[in-house]
Amino acid sequence: MDNLIEIRWHGRGGQGAKTASLLLADAAFNTGKYIQGFPEYGPERMGAPITAYNRISNSPITIHSNIYEPDYVVVVDDSLLESVDVTAGLKSTGAIIINTTKDAEYLKSKLNSYSGSIYTVDARKISEEALGRYFPNTPMLAAIVKVSGIMTDEELLNDMKGSFKHKFAKKPEVIEGNMKALELALQQVKKI
Amino acid sequence: MSIRERLSGNEAVAIAMKQINPDVVAAFPITPSTEIPQYFSTFVSNGTVDTEFVAVESEHSAMTACIGAEAAGGRAMTATSANGLSLMWEMIYIASSLRLPIVMSLVNRAVSGPLNIHNDHSDAMGVRDAGWIMLFSESNQEAYDNMLMAHKIAEHKDVLLPLMVCQDGFITSHSIENIELVEDDKVKAFVGEYKPEHYLLNKKEPIAVGPLDLQAYLFEHKFQQAEAMRKAKQVILDVAKEFEELTGRKYSFFEEYKLDDAEIAIVCMNSTAGTTKAVVDSLRAQGVKAGLLKVRVFRPFPTEEIANALAHLKAVAVLDKADSLNAAGGALFEDVTSAMYVSGKQVPMVNYVYGIGGRDTKTDDIEGVYKDLIEITKSGKIDNPYRYFGLREE
Repeated sequence: MDNLIEIRWHGRGGQGAKTASLLLADAAFNTGKYIQGFPEYGPERMGAPITAYNRISNSPITIHSNIYEPDYVVVVDDSLLESVDVTAGLKSTGAIIINTTKDAEYLKSKLNSYSGSIYTVDARKISEEALGRYFPNTPMLAAIVKVSGIMTDEELLNDMKGSFKHKFAKKPEVIEGNMKALELALQQVKKI
Repeated sequence: MSIRERLSGNEAVAIAMKQINPDVVAAFPITPSTEIPQYFSTFVSNGTVDTEFVAVESEHSAMTACIGAEAAGGRAMTATSANGLSLMWEMIYIASSLRLPIVMSLVNRAVSGPLNIHNDHSDAMGVRDAGWIMLFSESNQEAYDNMLMAHKIAEHKDVLLPLMVCQDGFITSHSIENIELVEDDKVKAFVGEYKPEHYLLNKKEPIAVGPLDLQAYLFEHKFQQAEAMRKAKQVILDVAKEFEELTGRKYSFFEEYKLDDAEIAIVCMNSTAGTTKAVVDSLRAQGVKAGLLKVRVFRPFPTEEIANALAHLKAVAVLDKADSLNAAGGALFEDVTSAMYVSGKQVPMVNYVYGIGGRDTKTDDIEGVYKDLIEITKSGKIDNPYRYFGLREE
């Protein structure tokens, strides 16, 4: 499988990590890719740790297992760093992207001396500024696209505009805020 | 031109049902198949289908309602999983013995207990002798394609048997993946209208359905069911050929993946076959002659065809996603080994029970099986043919 990219999402129930993985699958599909988007179903409840996955490739994907050696890991809630081994199997050629305001020293101490790239983005600040509420999944979606280069910024923004119009057909007032959240995250995600 | 889409396995089945537009759908929700009647009921309320949707109070009633609808002369469908199928059990046998071509989507899940909502094949294996045609699906695409072929097989005058299309719960039912859909009008033309020869609502020909059948004739009626299952083999191939003409996608009793020149092979069903394909590719790149036989048609069981396809191998592993708890081996293993013996083909074979209750099946696990097969080809010895992988060892 050429150019197969594997992504693992860590979040807490209710934060939209599963939705973000499905939105990423959608956006990649719309740029012509083969995709998989699937959560690991467990005892689901608000606040419990959840995992979701994406495979994205230029050729058909037949593997149907969970992902154990991801190219990228997205951490939607930094409190998970205390309890979940988020870098397990993460390729050193890849990267981890964390929604956090914590400093580099703290993050490195929690990542088992992970030797690949570490990126951060303050999805709370972006979400509250753009949407007036805390929905971290939209900024994190933009952050993984920016870091992985699965598609260009323009492809993401154009595609998501269409998705949001469809998804929020009954509340169009939130479309602009979600688009702003994507744009801010594309600008603000940074390597430490 | 086909329609490029991305859908979960459950969405794909619901879309197929929408395109088929059956007369009756009767279902009761159970994880992980709940979404199928859920999506379908929105098509009913939106008026995209003119199906009578019967929201029953149990799966027993779901199957009973399907039996009533089919006997009356309609086309009936349902969807269920695990304990839902268990509750239907009495009516499952009645559906097949009344020769009613009901079509079911079975989203495979472990049968309780203890309670588990995840995938294995214990639900399907529990009804393997119930007289239903059973098709297995590697992906959302195959679940959709099998659904489109289902009625043409089940309703054929040589067959008249109910049919279930299986797919792996959560693994394919809840994973969003690429899929090629067939246009609505082409599906409609392909599936065709259901015109039963005998049915209850035909006032010109009053009939009784399901009367008492004792020593005098039950045996003959069971023989007719068995004959129908034997005849279904040719119909399944004919329908697959027509489907290939429509879509370009080729189906048979099973798929042979790099099997022709293989020395070792795995036999399995549903989503594990896809993971195995990826492992076969990586082993081939290392010069290992690995292959796969993915069973699509489990009932009727293609005995001779499977024996012929495996005869040239040096060692074969059959993977069962349900343990038969019989101290002998899994159901697929017993069918495959019996097929080999009866056909006079002698190939060393081992059985692995795996993936029980949703235990994830990793590429490493599959690689381990191929390594074991290489060992068997070298030593010529099989210490214990009834094995497990993915089982905790401590």
